[in-house]
Amino acid sequence: MSLKLVIKRLLFLVLVIWAASTIVFFIPRLSNRNALRERFGELARTGGFSPADLEKIIASMNQQFGLDRPLYEQYWTYLGNILHLDFGYSLYRYPTTVAELIAQSLPWTLGLLLVTTILSFIIGNLLGAVAAWPRAPHWLRAFATPFILLTGVPPVIMGILLLFFIGFRLKWLPLGGAYSVGVVPTWTWTFFFDLMQHQILPALALIFGSVGGWVLSMRGMGVTIQGEDYVNFAEHKGLTGGRIFRDYYLRNAMLPQVTGLALALGTMVTSAIIVEGLFGLPGIGTMLNLAIRANDFPTIYGIVLFITIAVAVLMTIVEFIYPLLDPRVRSS
Amino acid sequence: MSTVALSPPIEKRIERPGRLVLLLRYLRRNKGLALGVAILLGLVAFTVIGLMTVDLKQAYPLSVAAKKPPSWKYPFGTDFFGRNLLAAMVVGMWQTAFIGVFAGGLGTLIGVVLGFISAYFGKWIDATIRTVCQILTPIPVLLIQVVIAGSLDKRDVTIVTMALIVVLLAWMGPTLVIRAQVLTMKERQFVAVAKLSGVSDLGIIFKEILPCLLPFIAAAFVAQVFSAVFAAFYLAVLGLGPLREPLLGNIIWAAQSQGAFFNGWWWWPIIPSIAMILILGSLALINMGLDELANPRVRRSE
Repeated sequence: MSLKLVIKRLLFLVLVIWAASTIVFFIPRLSNRNALRERFGELARTGGFSPADLEKIIASMNQQFGLDRPLYEQYWTYLGNILHLDFGYSLYRYPTTVAELIAQSLPWTLGLLLVTTILSFIIGNLLGAVAAWPRAPHWLRAFATPFILLTGVPPVIMGILLLFFIGFRLKWLPLGGAYSVGVVPTWTWTFFFDLMQHQILPALALIFGSVGGWVLSMRGMGVTIQGEDYVNFAEHKGLTGGRIFRDYYLRNAMLPQVTGLALALGTMVTSAIIVEGLFGLPGIGTMLNLAIRANDFPTIYGIVLFITIAVAVLMTIVEFIYPLLDPRVRSS
Repeated sequence: MSTVALSPPIEKRIERPGRLVLLLRYLRRNKGLALGVAILLGLVAFTVIGLMTVDLKQAYPLSVAAKKPPSWKYPFGTDFFGRNLLAAMVVGMWQTAFIGVFAGGLGTLIGVVLGFISAYFGKWIDATIRTVCQILTPIPVLLIQVVIAGSLDKRDVTIVTMALIVVLLAWMGPTLVIRAQVLTMKERQFVAVAKLSGVSDLGIIFKEILPCLLPFIAAAFVAQVFSAVFAAFYLAVLGLGPLREPLLGNIIWAAQSQGAFFNGWWWWPIIPSIAMILILGSLALINMGLDELANPRVRRSE
């Protein structure tokens, strides 16, 4: 990959982050909602201080957070803060910062997301490749069909169905939460098993919800690659079926799928967030759910911005990995 | 001399079946499309019959006895807030259809117009539209929609605002698709001929290019309806929908907030989930079927 392309990609990344930050900065300011006023108005109703004092408190808060300064000045400070991943304070859990909240919940989301993305990518691509491979045994090829039928079902609905059948009817696995009620987190095997039990259903929901897409696109790729000259050539050379499948067929069909992975990242992350909310896992999704319920605007905006930046960065990384997989792109 | 009258040549009439028959025959070949259309028609029938026969007031809280499992009186049961889920499904389905068609239609329209402008006029207009689309594409749309919906006053959130929020960030897909198609069309000979014969720009767009693009526009429309329904559903599941309305996502959000499974009210989240599976499943099947129709290379012939 040439230096020029690298710079172009990085510039594009900066542009995407800038666009997202700008949208998140200006949209709330277009609305007539004032987060501070709403929060303190609520406190005033329950606690009881006079309206005049309320105005004073809001004025001093506005000054403290620089909300009384002109808009362009606020915008510049805001952009500067984004560069250090500083998303301000949470309104509900002041003085905890949004960045701290994200740091607390990120490991949960990251773990779930990493495992489910990798598993569904591998399973989906293998199933799709086999489904399009004429020499594969019939029963193995039929295996892909149920997953294709699942394509239209959002992971969160998959989660509800799994909860109903496996958690509610069969009572095999717990109905939600990160670990059983009353259990204290410790570094023991019993706690670890308890933790894993609670992770199985959300993970399955995400995997079942996304495998179908990979199966479908991989099967499409596989069908086009079968007719290629190099596959025929490999067959006439007398290579074994397994060798052709692995080195000639799978490897070439996989390449566009890696690009697909970059494009699917955003969807994967949003699905994970919503599934987390459904199961009440203490990740970013539940944090976002709570923030929406509590009208904690800085936390909502911070989480949205953080995820957007993370997805954009990950997409760029995947694009940089691509030439390592494809020698043709590397040399040109 | 007697003349022998030649019997008039028997004209063998070639029966060309009507359009409807051809359509039905195509549906028989393209089973996925047929199944999708069948499910969708079933859902439409359910909604229309429901709108006429069911008491729609029961779709709102405190109208019937709460927490009743499915029975003859309440086929889908009732929820914690005293809504009859059958009535809620009818209204929710209608609202989902409205959001889907309205947002999908508007998104496709914007996409078609921008795609045409971008491809046909080229130069800096094209560059601007393309760059904006490319920058917005990697941003997870749902999250920006969360910011917009969250910034709105709760009283301002209605079915129509939901649809508008969805449209706001849903025109990039169709724009890029239509742009790519128009770019290839533009170079075809019939367009060049039309241009040489002095047909105006608008004439070429509406009379020459647009008719060829109809299958693509139809496919883009179905895809847009699918993603609009999906986006509105996700927003509602996050609790950002119009909370009073029995939108399918809202019902799931409410069930989840009240711990429906923990309390044994299994039908509450399950009924809207099944409805959603049917809606999205039928749209996905139709979408795949239309892809085949729009792409003659893979289209199944008789």
